[in-house]
Amino acid sequence: MSDRMNMTGRRAFLRLLLCFALLFLTLTSGSAFSQSGGELRFCLRSEPKTFDPLLVDDDSSLSIRYLTGGVLVRVNRHTQELEPELAESWKVSNDGKQITFKLRRGITFSDGSPFSSEDVAFTMQRLMDPALHSSTGDAFRSGSGAVTTKIIAPDQISITFPAPIAGLDRLFDQVAIMSAHSPNPKKEAAVLGPFMVAEYKAGSSVLLRRNPNYWKKDSQGRRLPYLDSIRLDVQSNRDVEMLRFKRGELDLINVIDSDYFDRLAASSPQLAHDAGASLDSDFMWFNQVPSAPIPEYKRAWFRSTSFRRAISQAINRDDLSRVVFNGHAQPAVGPVSPANKFWFNNKLKAEPYRPNAALQRLQADGFHLQNGTLFDKAGNAVEFSIVTNAGSKPRERMAVMVQEDLGKLGIKVNVVTLDFPSLIERISQKFNYEAAMLGFRNVDLDPNGQMNIWLSSAENHAWNPQQKSPETAWEAEIDRLMRAQASTADPKKRKESFDRVQEIVADQAPFIYLVNQNALSAVSSAVEGANPGILSPQTFWNAERMTLNASTRASR
Amino acid sequence: MNAARKLACVVVLALCAASLAANWLAPAGYARQFREAPSAPPSRQHLLGTDEVGRDRFARVLYGTRISLLLAPAAALLSTVLAALVGGLAGYLGGIWLRLARGFTDLFLSLPWLFLLIAVRALLPLNVSPLVSVLITFLILGLLGWAASARVLSTSADALRNSDFLLQARASGLHGTRLFLVHVLPNLKPVLYAQFWISIPVFILAEANLGILGLGVAEPLPSWGSLLRELEGLISFREEPWRLVPLLLLIVVMTSFQLLLSNEEVTV
Amino acid sequence: MLRKISLRKMPLGKIARRLGAIAALVLLGGLLSATLVRLAPGFDADERELDPSLNAESVRALRQSRAGEHNILSFYAGYLRGAIRGDLGTSHALGQPVRDLLRERWPVTARVAGIGLLLAWLLASTLAFTACLWRRPAYEILGTTVSGAFLCIPAAVLALLSVILNAPGYLAIALIVFPKIYRYSRNLLAKAYALPHITAARARGLGEVRILARHVLPVAGPQMIALAGITVSIALGASIPVEALCGLPGIGQLAWQAALSRDLPLLVNLTVLVTLVTLLANSGADVMNYMLRPREA
Repeated sequence: MSDRMNMTGRRAFLRLLLCFALLFLTLTSGSAFSQSGGELRFCLRSEPKTFDPLLVDDDSSLSIRYLTGGVLVRVNRHTQELEPELAESWKVSNDGKQITFKLRRGITFSDGSPFSSEDVAFTMQRLMDPALHSSTGDAFRSGSGAVTTKIIAPDQISITFPAPIAGLDRLFDQVAIMSAHSPNPKKEAAVLGPFMVAEYKAGSSVLLRRNPNYWKKDSQGRRLPYLDSIRLDVQSNRDVEMLRFKRGELDLINVIDSDYFDRLAASSPQLAHDAGASLDSDFMWFNQVPSAPIPEYKRAWFRSTSFRRAISQAINRDDLSRVVFNGHAQPAVGPVSPANKFWFNNKLKAEPYRPNAALQRLQADGFHLQNGTLFDKAGNAVEFSIVTNAGSKPRERMAVMVQEDLGKLGIKVNVVTLDFPSLIERISQKFNYEAAMLGFRNVDLDPNGQMNIWLSSAENHAWNPQQKSPETAWEAEIDRLMRAQASTADPKKRKESFDRVQEIVADQAPFIYLVNQNALSAVSSAVEGANPGILSPQTFWNAERMTLNASTRASR
Repeated sequence: MNAARKLACVVVLALCAASLAANWLAPAGYARQFREAPSAPPSRQHLLGTDEVGRDRFARVLYGTRISLLLAPAAALLSTVLAALVGGLAGYLGGIWLRLARGFTDLFLSLPWLFLLIAVRALLPLNVSPLVSVLITFLILGLLGWAASARVLSTSADALRNSDFLLQARASGLHGTRLFLVHVLPNLKPVLYAQFWISIPVFILAEANLGILGLGVAEPLPSWGSLLRELEGLISFREEPWRLVPLLLLIVVMTSFQLLLSNEEVTV
Repeated sequence: MLRKISLRKMPLGKIARRLGAIAALVLLGGLLSATLVRLAPGFDADERELDPSLNAESVRALRQSRAGEHNILSFYAGYLRGAIRGDLGTSHALGQPVRDLLRERWPVTARVAGIGLLLAWLLASTLAFTACLWRRPAYEILGTTVSGAFLCIPAAVLALLSVILNAPGYLAIALIVFPKIYRYSRNLLAKAYALPHITAARARGLGEVRILARHVLPVAGPQMIALAGITVSIALGASIPVEALCGLPGIGQLAWQAALSRDLPLLVNLTVLVTLVTLLANSGADVMNYMLRPREA
């Protein structure tokens, strides 16, 4: 009897051992593929407004679209070159009106529906729907008339536009392809990107999970992405974000303020990344709208080029870079930052700080200094207000420093911080402001995206929008040059035109450019494979290849 | 208690004197930016260091005292008077007046006044002088801050209305306004004093938050509220403990004021 | 022996009238808040207007998107019609039905603000009663200084502190609210203590606790109950910065979002909710005082 029991006992023991061995192998199999798994965590600064990739406009939605959307071509955020993505190759016609794509085969959406040129056609038709108002779609609306798509083969499609579009191929970096045949009524649920939206808690967080059908593989043939999931928390307060990063609750901060950057660099320099000048610029401008409810004499100052140039010369941009950004910024030259290597007009330099020259310029115009106050020809004391949005500490500090700089010239500046909706109403609807200071987040390298800023008839021609016909000769010239660069596909000719625009802007100073901030970001030591750059999204542009190190993965 | 009161007296007088003598104590002024030394630690030239654009913090504390410690109590007084009028009077009159006042007060407590403030800012000219801007800010704070204590006052006054000693006073011939002012109001003092003391720091802090809407003190004028908002960059506390000085100063001043002006009825 | 507390019954008619008044005030509150939001500048403004990649038609469409809310009366009428059916409107900022948002979030706020309020009362009462029972100036000064200190610290800083220290959100709310409770209750109790019959009771040899329970609390009680009513709305107000900074998905965070983006449907609903809670709390305090008042002879 005892023998029998021993036999059964031994068998049971062997079975148990086998179980344990299998369990052990399963648990540690992760280490065989040493780069898989884990959840990346970072913050979104605001609530994502939409998950529909064609309607995306704000930063947070853009981040989600970047991580979940599959695009035909991708601008490599590091080299700034266009690379094939879902399209193997493409060709733009000579007249700039037509583009033909050859697509990859054998790709499926996250819900299993197959990817073919029908989906591209569907996406383009949806994008070009006149009732759809989005920045992605509007970029393609170069002229009136329908956009036609021709499906040449399941893996080949050509799209024809009514008028030529400058930089047509690069625009497709923004177009996330949607599924035409997805059974899901919510068409945006089926995606081609590395991740897909798994959970959304409004006002709180978004959870993205790995897309099991993602087509991209690494050099060893392993399916990407390496990460299991990405958790995005909605947190607008930067102190809290910084705190959580330091505690290890967040893995990266995509854009970090210079104060926090320096504090981080002091304690853990390897986590803080300064990628150099970004494409963003901070600037101020004067209200030149003829019907604006401001006193006539002030309007006369603001419309005078020498007044604007004098103000520009009286501002100490080096101090702004040094004091407000701790050196992580550079004096700005014009609408294009030096980081935009191709389009920047490198013959131009930032306006140097010359308060005496500024004063002389003003005096030549009839202004005179008396008892520390500047008066104009008619005897009005020079005083104006700068409105800016609350909530941006660097901008508020810049405004205070500009106030002091101009005070040395006898000009009294009042800094008014407003909430964003009130500010927008003032600067684009009611025009009851005198000067404004804002920043421009440039996502696109191609200046064609700025058409609505430079055309005098356009909405965003901030200092005097929607002019029926150009009110000054230089604005007429800018109109002509912008149209010229948009109508040709030759990069050299386009650059010539746009270089000239930059020169005119430097001469006339409708915008007084202040600084170009550096692209600062923070990446924790838990993350591997990050390569922070200056193009958005700065830290996670290669999210499909990013991974977490082993100890972090084990602890999460 | 006497020793404490003497100390409180000294503190308050010292602060008043210092803020009046700001021109001599802090010749640098509150606006001058020492751009070579932003966010500097305390030194002989800058007793409390400098802020992020290089302005002397000690000067800003002294000049900020003038504004905040003068206007915040004035606004607190305004809100206390309003609370006494609405809550106290309604409780004293009783009946339909009491019900109306209570309903009105409850409604007042629940509305989003943020939007009224935004509208006020829009109505003001952009180039309003900093002094006018801060006066208007504190005026509005006073006009909006009475509701909570008015509710408590209405209960107090209601209880008084039915009390014996008021019946006696009425029987002895006192009526109307005189009765209210002489007999009811003094008995409401605990709540009124509490309202007054709480409102002062609340308004000082609120004024800073209103800066987001464009109200409040305009740059470069300092206020206690804006100095206290510096605390929000809390992470650097261990390295920059001198940033806590405005907060400590405010606590000391508030406590001193309360000790000075307390008496038998208000505190034991 | 404890005096038997006899409760006065409130007649049904009075209760019905009170409920009716609450309902009317809530509706009025919704309308007034909608008016405030509509009239504040920037109602039509959307930050997407500043995006240069949008063309003129898109910007125009953007400005027109709120056209349905321009006439406040018709908007409110539509809102009420929908509310009767159970549809509270859709939030512009979050793109979700308001009813779902409120349903998900009010338990969080109720918990955080509720516990915070209880804790605040506990803290304030401890300090106040300590100063009453052990009548030493040191306790008085301690109470004043401690409550004064927390009153002077900005709510945002307290919230950040609780994030740093990994403390629960209700602690921040408690620290924000308790100084106000302390100040009011301390003054009310001190006033009650100053009454002449307290000295007489002490002379008779009554213990401090008995004096507090029998002679002081009944005098100060009604006002403390009224205070309890308003502390509910103070706690709700405090929950806005605390939830926003501590990342708690409650009503306060929603309110902050709504205010920033001028989200009219959400703001109207939130005001109705806050008005309702405030009215219920204050009316509850009134009813309690009514019931506890000794019957008139």
